[in-house]
Amino acid sequence: MSAVTVLYALLFYAATAILVIGVLRKIAIYARTPQPLKIPTTPAPTTRLGVAMRMVREVTVFESLFKSSKWTWLFGWVFHLCLFVELLWHLRYFTEPVWFFVPLLHWFTTFTGFGMVAGLLGLWSRRVLVDRVRYISGPSDHLMLALLVAIGGSGIAMRYLAHTDIVALKAFFLGLMRFSWQPLPNDPALLVHLALVALLMIVFPVSKLLHAPGVFFSPTRNQVDNPREKRHVAGWSAQYDNSKSDA
Amino acid sequence: MANFETPALREYPVIPLLRADSMAHSRTFVAKAEYQTAIGFPGELVENWEQKAVDKLGELVSKSRALQVFLDSCVKCGACTDKCHYFLGTEDPKNMPVARQDLLRSVYRRYYTFAGKVVPWLVGARDMTKDVLDEWYNYFHQCSQCRRCSVYCPYGIDTAEISMAARDIMDSVGVGQRYSNEIIGKLHKIGNNLGLPEPALANTLEGLEEDVKDETGVDVKFPLDVKGAEILLITPSADFFAEPHIDGLIGYAKVFHAAGVSWTLSSYASEAANFSMFIGSHDNLRKVALRIRKAALDLGVKRIIVGECGHAWRVAYSFWNTLAGPFDFLDPRYPIPQHICEFTYDLIQKGALTFDKSANDDKVVTFHDSCNVARASRMGDMPGGQFVIPREVIKAVVNNFVDMSPETTQEATFCCGGGGGLLTDDLLELRVKGAMPRMQALNEVVKENGVTHMAAICAICKAQFTKVLPYYKFEMGMIQSVHGLVSNAIRLTPADK
Repeated sequence: MSAVTVLYALLFYAATAILVIGVLRKIAIYARTPQPLKIPTTPAPTTRLGVAMRMVREVTVFESLFKSSKWTWLFGWVFHLCLFVELLWHLRYFTEPVWFFVPLLHWFTTFTGFGMVAGLLGLWSRRVLVDRVRYISGPSDHLMLALLVAIGGSGIAMRYLAHTDIVALKAFFLGLMRFSWQPLPNDPALLVHLALVALLMIVFPVSKLLHAPGVFFSPTRNQVDNPREKRHVAGWSAQYDNSKSDA
Repeated sequence: MANFETPALREYPVIPLLRADSMAHSRTFVAKAEYQTAIGFPGELVENWEQKAVDKLGELVSKSRALQVFLDSCVKCGACTDKCHYFLGTEDPKNMPVARQDLLRSVYRRYYTFAGKVVPWLVGARDMTKDVLDEWYNYFHQCSQCRRCSVYCPYGIDTAEISMAARDIMDSVGVGQRYSNEIIGKLHKIGNNLGLPEPALANTLEGLEEDVKDETGVDVKFPLDVKGAEILLITPSADFFAEPHIDGLIGYAKVFHAAGVSWTLSSYASEAANFSMFIGSHDNLRKVALRIRKAALDLGVKRIIVGECGHAWRVAYSFWNTLAGPFDFLDPRYPIPQHICEFTYDLIQKGALTFDKSANDDKVVTFHDSCNVARASRMGDMPGGQFVIPREVIKAVVNNFVDMSPETTQEATFCCGGGGGLLTDDLLELRVKGAMPRMQALNEVVKENGVTHMAAICAICKAQFTKVLPYYKFEMGMIQSVHGLVSNAIRLTPADK
């Protein structure tokens, strides 16, 4: 077992633990923290089903962003969609047998790597070219884009320039999951790609990537507009009994 | 008189380039100690205020899912950057919603996030200092909490929530805004924002009865503190004296008269406004809301109807049930509470009102959606009823109605520029500049469609437009109450009574 294999094995155990524990902890905090008042941005759905539909539109077609900026929407949506397809495609390294729908994605992956990077570069160009977005962009915003572009770029490089042994790679990850370590191919592009992905997993719970779980908990989007029909109380607003206190 | 330039109205709206610190000087008057202590806050900047402010921030975040999510989730995508009327009017980058949020988020990150504690420079985290506090004070009083940015944010981040929290933190360390806090104090003490005592109110209402009698020959009543009335009307106190608000009040009274229902105002709860929302103070918010519960119980009414007021309708519609409910002593067959436009609209639907629309033929009317009605409440049964119902009421009483550009109405409506506790003369520059996007849209329909009047259902909008319209070379009388238009057109028969 090479030092590189051991290093990456430990790295991915650590990164996975940080990602899972960190995000679950955040989700627990979001879920536990009460929302004492009704604050949906109206017009808002008046039923739970309507709210579910609103949320589905928000996370699949980025409805609010579409209303606000067509360029940001285009770049952001293309990036997220391509990333989503790529994530599913990468399941083939972690599943045996491979889930039925994964092979069907093969044709799309001709474009998704490039689409991801193109979307990211579009978003990045706004950070440089649009004075308003330049003003609000900090070092971490640029670095996050750099990280994602590098992940996409190293992935594309492996597909078209410096192929790696994906059979061995799959054996490595299945080995990690089954606690029976297998050697990791010692290819520079792969090692870079994996190191960056691990870094992304590690920073996820302490960065703006929390928007992914956050959006589901956003009260302006997930509350039902029914305050007159149904009395809402939570947290500090639940501690009063107005019928007793003759205030 | 003003030492600033009124923004020019252009042929098309443009997104301005940034002018850093162009509004850094805008600083609303700080509340004196007496106004602070009257509503439960320290009179002046407390000792060790830095730590206390940070602690308060942590406490607020731990009690509000909205703050938890909003402070974590922003990705700086820029979608909101061109959505704030104050940014469009002032060009100050700190009036971009995300930049305004970051004034507070930077402090939150420093004290409550891993990245902000370890690598503050990387994520823009800042210590809580006097400079930061001053910046908060100046720029969180350049947000009217209109929620326009929250419509466009992909995560629904609502700058209003953050600006309310910032003001609450500042109040808690002894730095409050004079305008809002003085008014809340008066409301607690006397029952309305104006400090209008019961005899003065009774006198005003008597005068109105005489005026309406002279004008129409009909005995339209303006009852006060009538026990056993069916309906309690809660309306902004500006309706008792200001133009064009008072025309609206006369309109409500005429509609009640025509409907043949008994109604009353309350001298104890003679105010719909609840500025506690603007300063994010839950204790004050609830205390004011409970006045209305008490008035309704004491008078033994069966229904509560709310007059034309934007943020008041938000508080009434969205918060009353939570803060002062349950209202199980009211008649469940009617919405609790009900908006006056809902009430009038129902009567129109039933054919119970008679109008002579030609009474408004001297006008071509447009409608300004008030932000808190548009984006923080509803009317009627269906989402968006808050856009349909006031327009239907207007169309029932005027022949010439024109809507402004869809980018500036309904959920996309622009704030009048005076909401959120900013309707004070010490913020006049901000108010004039913040009105620019609305004035731009108004100018378009004035030029293209010959619009002569703009109707609104918010006391703040009406007062703000009365003040700022002349800066844009419009007549201040352009702004109308929706129920002022109703009042003009409604035909009453003396035999009704």
